[in-house]
Amino acid sequence: MTGPATLKRTPLIDLHQELGGKIVPFAGWSMPIQFAGVIEEHLCVREKAGLFDVSHMGEIEVRGPGALDYLQRLVTNDVDTLTDGGILYSVMCYENGGIVDDLLVHRYNEEHYFLCVNASNTDKDFEWAIRQADGFDVRVENISAQTAQLALQGPRAVEILKTLTPVDLDAIGYYRFERGPVSGSQCVISRTGYTGEDGFELYLPSQEAAALARKILSAGEPFGIQPIGLGARDTLRLEMGYALYGQEISQDIHPLEARLGWVVKLDKRGGFTGRDALVAAKEKGVTRRLSALKVLERGVPRPHYKILRNGSPVGEVTSGTFSPSLNAGIALGFVPADRAKPGETYEIEIRGRGVQAQVVPLPFVPSHVKK
Amino acid sequence: MEVPSDLLYTHEHEWVRVKDNKGTVGITDFAQDQLGDVVFVEQPAAGTELTKEQTFGVVESVKTVSDLFAPVSGKVTGTNTELEAKPELINQSPYGDGWIIEIELSNPDELKDLLSPEAYTAFIKEQGQE
Repeated sequence: MTGPATLKRTPLIDLHQELGGKIVPFAGWSMPIQFAGVIEEHLCVREKAGLFDVSHMGEIEVRGPGALDYLQRLVTNDVDTLTDGGILYSVMCYENGGIVDDLLVHRYNEEHYFLCVNASNTDKDFEWAIRQADGFDVRVENISAQTAQLALQGPRAVEILKTLTPVDLDAIGYYRFERGPVSGSQCVISRTGYTGEDGFELYLPSQEAAALARKILSAGEPFGIQPIGLGARDTLRLEMGYALYGQEISQDIHPLEARLGWVVKLDKRGGFTGRDALVAAKEKGVTRRLSALKVLERGVPRPHYKILRNGSPVGEVTSGTFSPSLNAGIALGFVPADRAKPGETYEIEIRGRGVQAQVVPLPFVPSHVKK
Repeated sequence: MEVPSDLLYTHEHEWVRVKDNKGTVGITDFAQDQLGDVVFVEQPAAGTELTKEQTFGVVESVKTVSDLFAPVSGKVTGTNTELEAKPELINQSPYGDGWIIEIELSNPDELKDLLSPEAYTAFIKEQGQE
């Protein structure tokens, strides 16, 4: 058992408690699962703006003349396509094609990058990244402990951040970042997020994060900002169909099954770890495919609930929740690949009862990220 | 956390308000706080015979789902139909408008097994510290 004493704390833990956050253990961290309530926070991000503490996420820095070639080997997406200030979503795979983690690759320049990885995987990812560095002229460093991350998301996010920084935010495109001061703290300001709304993710030194979070909350007050917990982070990402490690993706799932074929560049320069397995998997064809399911009756699907066709189990829910935007149950789950298209109907077994669900296109609700 | 002094409680975080031979049943303030936003309540049909500790329904929140257990045996004589359209009443008023069912007690002796407000307060204090 992991007792509370061994849980890690982000630099914002005191602020969370002050703001009335309900603190729970998550991936080895003490994190706020909610403040005002999941539904209220969710709608606040969709309609106004929300501030998330995502300092539990891991950051790995990669430097050296071999950095580009090394990253090409490490991740499945094509790092050659990145220019300075560019960000790439990718996965990294084991030799057998199973997924080590999904991640964001940020390029400062050809010889300097940083990766943002999942909190639950930081140590594992770092070990993997070190092992893969053999033969490359790079230095790979785990900078998670000294790096905090705040996410400011929602339609009012730009206006709020503008009050705190001289950086030209309008010039930062989706999946691009700039470096500059925000309320006096030197930050990486990246136009990314996990909500489907416009907004930013800010990386900065841990010891400055609590002060900046307070500044953002007070600057955002006239815009209706609220602090947001992990509960709403999950409902927001699920409405977008964004994958979560441990649910949609894992070492037992390969990216072609998980709707992540678009980040797997089989023909890119230099190949990558896991390529041979994924080429074979592609030739063989996948038998299951991740799909988005909307529940047509009352009921909320949850992870591991069975997906049925004519009463027989054919798949399993990976993530499920109540969608505050749609007022309905929604899920991601694996279904037979030949019946994964929108319009196909299944039943989800919810406490012994088969509840009607239909495959729908993603996202479940329209995305408002900057185009 | 509110624990009204005129109710009886269970370890499963239900409360019972006894009047004559009828008991009104709901979930406690502690329970609704743990669950978060309630989005759906599954209730038994009126007339259903319940045995003490039997599952009689489900409270579903955004985050999780929780079974409801009968605190006492008896016949369901009423259900809170308001919850169908407004499940959030359980969050807003767990001891009032958020009541769930009414039972006609078939064995009033079972009330002796329920927790007093003091015992329940001590119990949730323990839970909170785990």
